[in-house]
Amino acid sequence: MAAFHFELVSPEKLLYSGEVDQVDVPGSEGDFGVLAGHAPLIAMLRPGILTIFADGGNVRVMVGGGFAEANPAGLTVLADMAMPVDDVDPAVIAGRIKDLEEDVADATDGAARDRLQRQLDQLKTVQAALAQ
Amino acid sequence: MASLKDMRVRIASTKATQKITKAMQMVAASKLRRAQAAAEAARPFAERMEKMLGNIAASVSDVSSAPKLLAGTGKDQVHLMVVCTAERGLCGAFNSSIVRLAREKINSLTAAGKTVKILCVGRKGADQLRRQYGPQIIEVIELRVKALGFEHAERVSQKIFELYEKGEFDIATLFFSRFRSVIAQIPTALRIIPPVFPEQAKAGDKASEAPISYEYEPDELEILAELLPRNISVQVFRALLENAASEQGARMSAMDNATRNAGEMIRKQTIRYNRTRQAMITKELIEIISGAEAL
Repeated sequence: MAAFHFELVSPEKLLYSGEVDQVDVPGSEGDFGVLAGHAPLIAMLRPGILTIFADGGNVRVMVGGGFAEANPAGLTVLADMAMPVDDVDPAVIAGRIKDLEEDVADATDGAARDRLQRQLDQLKTVQAALAQ
Repeated sequence: MASLKDMRVRIASTKATQKITKAMQMVAASKLRRAQAAAEAARPFAERMEKMLGNIAASVSDVSSAPKLLAGTGKDQVHLMVVCTAERGLCGAFNSSIVRLAREKINSLTAAGKTVKILCVGRKGADQLRRQYGPQIIEVIELRVKALGFEHAERVSQKIFELYEKGEFDIATLFFSRFRSVIAQIPTALRIIPPVFPEQAKAGDKASEAPISYEYEPDELEILAELLPRNISVQVFRALLENAASEQGARMSAMDNATRNAGEMIRKQTIRYNRTRQAMITKELIEIISGAEAL
């Protein structure tokens, strides 16, 4: 299988850089897989699980939204937050969800509540994805 | 003339000061290593982000339909200066050199008849600017944190957006110190709204390679609306990290100097102390001898 160059960067650091066979990206309009020679594409991400296929194995990384850019040079993913799935503690996410649920209940102004609710929904999706 | 006891006290106090500066230097050195690593780790993201944004911006055909954050308001009457400095002093000329750059810019803009507003990040810069431009400072954001995270940068950029949405300014410039090395920190002014792309400067060689026509998912304006604020947060984050590294670097070399100066002072004081002590012994001897001779 043809390999292509893939980079995963979060604001804090460069998480992955190297040749890969395939990357499954959680796009905002649905998940999509990227193989070598993908058409140029810029897509928004939703929080979810990104899967990197390389050297016969795969690595799952939790991302918290961001952007993906595919061009002839390869695929670049700019994630707001990225963490290998093995390092994610489900208890921490459950705790965050609980905090957010309380915040949503307390929020008085509509815009703030919308924003919090959106965050909450996203976290729940991540939690569901992790449970798989 | 100071008595021997006074001189001893002074030497002891200089030594105590030297110990403090030495300790501060070592603390700064260890913090510097961490801050430098963080600043370097953040560079790839900011660079890729800039590139991606440049690619999209180049492909947006109709500038007037682009979000205001990209195209600007079309005026340049009101300028916002975002001055990022440290929370603490004792770091040489670090804070003053950033403030000096900002001040030059403010003065030249004011002279050109523009309105200037100031947003201070970090207490030290605010202290220095308040004296001269007190009424123009909109807000001071203090960042008293141990480890700088992306959420701190977002707090600053949130504030910038709020002001921009309300139409409080047309052009925003970020002031910070770029970290070159321990002894060289370069005060830098970076225009963040509307953003400047390095690609646009060399549009000539861009034309030679065929521009990539991207597919967008969702459409490009929606992506831009998300990407532009993100880009500003990232630029602010990067500025804060560069600043943190610069601050520690500046503090380290300032404290190194202070330690050396204290050493020099101790040496001089010790020599003077010994001379005075010997002079007194000699004087006493002369008194004894001349007393004995008189008998």
